[in-house]
Amino acid sequence: MEALKNKAREWLDSRMVQLVIGYSQGSGDSVRAVFVHDPGQVETLLFDSRCRQNLAVYLLKPEVKKMGKAALVANLTTLRAVLQLAAENQIGEHDVLTLTVNPAGELLVLSTLEAIETYVAISAPDLSVEEKAELEKYEKLGMEERWQFWQEQFSRCLKCYACRAACPLCYCSRCTVECNQPQWIPVPAHDLGNLEWNVMRAMHLAGRCVNCGDCSRACPVNIPLYLLNQKLISDVFRNFNARSGMAAKAENTLSTFKPNDKEDFIR
Amino acid sequence: MEIEIKVISRDALERVFSLWLAAGKRILAPKKTGELVDFAWVTQLSEVCLDQVQTVQSPKLAIFPKVEELFSYQTAFDQVTIQDRPLEALEEIVVFGLRPCDAAAFASLAAIFTWDSPDQLFSARFEKMTLVGVSCARADEYCFCTSVGGGPGATTGSDILLTDIGSGEYLAEIISEKGRQTVQAAAGKFQPAAGKEKESHLAKVVPSFALAKITPALAALFDDDAFWAEQSRRCLGCGACAYVCPTCACFDIQDEGAGDSGKRLRCWDSCGFSMFTLHTSGHNPRPLQSQRWRQRLMHKFAYMPERQKVLGCVGCGRCSRACPVDMNVLEHLRAIAEAKI
Amino acid sequence: MSEANIFKPYLLKIEQVIDETPDVKTMRLVFTDEQEGKDFTFRTGQFGEYSVFGEGECTFCIASPPTRSGYIECTFRKVGRVTSALANLEPGEIIGFRGPYGNIFPISDWEGKNLLFIAGGIALPPMRSVIWNVLDLRDRYGGITIIYGARTVADLVYKRELDEWAERADVKLITTVDPGGETPDWKGKSGFVPAVLDKAAPSSRDTVAVVCGPPVMIKFTFPVLAKLGFGPESIFTTLENRMKCGVGKCGRCNVGKYFVCKDGPVFTFAQLQEMPPEY
Repeated sequence: MEALKNKAREWLDSRMVQLVIGYSQGSGDSVRAVFVHDPGQVETLLFDSRCRQNLAVYLLKPEVKKMGKAALVANLTTLRAVLQLAAENQIGEHDVLTLTVNPAGELLVLSTLEAIETYVAISAPDLSVEEKAELEKYEKLGMEERWQFWQEQFSRCLKCYACRAACPLCYCSRCTVECNQPQWIPVPAHDLGNLEWNVMRAMHLAGRCVNCGDCSRACPVNIPLYLLNQKLISDVFRNFNARSGMAAKAENTLSTFKPNDKEDFIR
Repeated sequence: MEIEIKVISRDALERVFSLWLAAGKRILAPKKTGELVDFAWVTQLSEVCLDQVQTVQSPKLAIFPKVEELFSYQTAFDQVTIQDRPLEALEEIVVFGLRPCDAAAFASLAAIFTWDSPDQLFSARFEKMTLVGVSCARADEYCFCTSVGGGPGATTGSDILLTDIGSGEYLAEIISEKGRQTVQAAAGKFQPAAGKEKESHLAKVVPSFALAKITPALAALFDDDAFWAEQSRRCLGCGACAYVCPTCACFDIQDEGAGDSGKRLRCWDSCGFSMFTLHTSGHNPRPLQSQRWRQRLMHKFAYMPERQKVLGCVGCGRCSRACPVDMNVLEHLRAIAEAKI
Repeated sequence: MSEANIFKPYLLKIEQVIDETPDVKTMRLVFTDEQEGKDFTFRTGQFGEYSVFGEGECTFCIASPPTRSGYIECTFRKVGRVTSALANLEPGEIIGFRGPYGNIFPISDWEGKNLLFIAGGIALPPMRSVIWNVLDLRDRYGGITIIYGARTVADLVYKRELDEWAERADVKLITTVDPGGETPDWKGKSGFVPAVLDKAAPSSRDTVAVVCGPPVMIKFTFPVLAKLGFGPESIFTTLENRMKCGVGKCGRCNVGKYFVCKDGPVFTFAQLQEMPPEY
């Protein structure tokens, strides 16, 4: 990963950026997020198949923003999150300086939103074969079975909000659960509160989720949140022919009405 | 009370499970469901999973559940009636298969819940609980019990501590009066232990840092904002570490009512959340994640020892395993112990 | 007490509601259970958790003095969910109350001394209890000076009592509003509380100062008091921190080794200096 380190060192030395957000060796065999602000620290940067965390989650954190202009080491879903954040007016062209490694192992500098769009388009992001198979199996369940399945899964939920914290698109400074006038979503981790929280979060992400999987990886009690999100991704595509995180200028799918929207749910 | 040493076979232990159930007790033990090993209700020893180093959640959920009712009420314009929690309805529980670190954690929880105004829900549950621990044959890089006064075979906090000594046998250390009563009620299942030892069956956990260095280092580092910012930068401010922790006890109180009746509930909360200390006026004494990370460590390693005379950490490592961004509290504690102050 | 459910509140009936300002009310509360009312005691400085069933609990000081029996009073500003619900209640309705919690103003230590009370805005309520307490025991104390200010005349609370204190010969009362907050008939001072304090320059000899106010007011008042010669041990304040359980368990009000609900809310400036600035 010399090319990555060299680029990071070059940008920090030249003060083009004050910070490189990337991955470094973590505990055991894992990797973790690293915030390189000193050229001497670039040696810790790496990039390999373990680098799945969506680092775009740090772009909107005040503590990170105040460190100055940041370069972001990004995998494919991180790049899509960057586009989606741009489409939602959370970041602008000047915030974007990403580094990625393509499947051939080459370091690519994507320094504009357009460059990211082009790269993402040719990388054909869709559910993987395995993901599609699992989703198909899930979709074979009847409504009652699905309800029972989720009741059981959500009963384990602790309301730790690790899913929300890990998601780059959950950036609301005051989340719905943090409103108490009225208390839309109950705070305690009882069955109703858990169901309402997880379903509401999935709905707030419908049309926006980039399928990075961080929520599922973050969940300490292994709730298969990805299944819910992927189902909604599939439904949104089928109904509206829209996919999140592909363009820096895009309308929010679920809040945009088009005259030719299917209305077959109206009976 | 002197610790008695006995031996019990797996078969006999299976029968003790039946005796517990027959006596109306429920058994909470580590159980594997899919990839997850966590505390769940079991009825047979064969359901219990002890292969893992640690469960995801701690057994604190038996005495401090993620949500519980404090009381219920009915209201009219000029009248309110309150129904207290009937403590007699609380069940007798055996927590089986908790590790020595988990058993030691109950002392930290008790320090919070029984100091000054004793919490009767906690005390009533504690009285109805028997702790049958199992010592650790394995440890991983997240464990640091021996750095905080514990150990893979430590007996503190357990009523009975079992150690797997091979050949289908467990060494059983009978530690407390409750442990003795449990053995008596299991007439004959526990046998005398002649010449059995446990040391060779325990994991080796080398201490990672000197605890005595931590508290003075924390005091000296308190104002070093850059140090805390660097340590906490990747922290996302979720509640996973606090919720899986066996000693974390911060909670919220929420009313849930519909019309003229409702309940007042207590539920888990975390000092890591951004709104934990937020005043209604908008003023927040800890507005930065670095301050909240610092609070977590200060509370466990400085404030609790000073105030409640007990450490707020047992080195179980759950927080590090559960953390979505690999904060690894052990690494940070080492850095603190080794900091130049 | 150890057998009781520490989270179960007393039931108090609202006897009277007074509108202090457009968003501040005072409630006079009586115990619905007469015996509980008779047995209830508290000391000045202590607070309680007041609840509206179905909405939640809220932390306010007990604004009435322990020298007046048969009722307790609280004063609150409508700012959030519980206070908004409280503001909608009428006399006759029932609220919950847990308490008394916290430590006290050590007024017996203050006997023979002069007392200087400095308050801003909605922070007069915690001080009202101790002011009336010492006024009810007037001959035990030396000179009593009260400096109270608010943003505008409309924001002054306890207007009737300010008039009462102004009438008394044994109390020196200085009221002020922020520059621009005066009404045409305003007879008090104009200026921020720290500036008014500086000008009034009360003597610090044998004097205890009690300061309650928003963080910004306290920040500028302490240096003035230091300049006047008050040592950190003789300046008292009450800390407002987010509290929930009131009994040192939920963790919210933990500041350093202290719990504001158990070791406070009354603290000396000397104690504040040794705390991390997380309040």
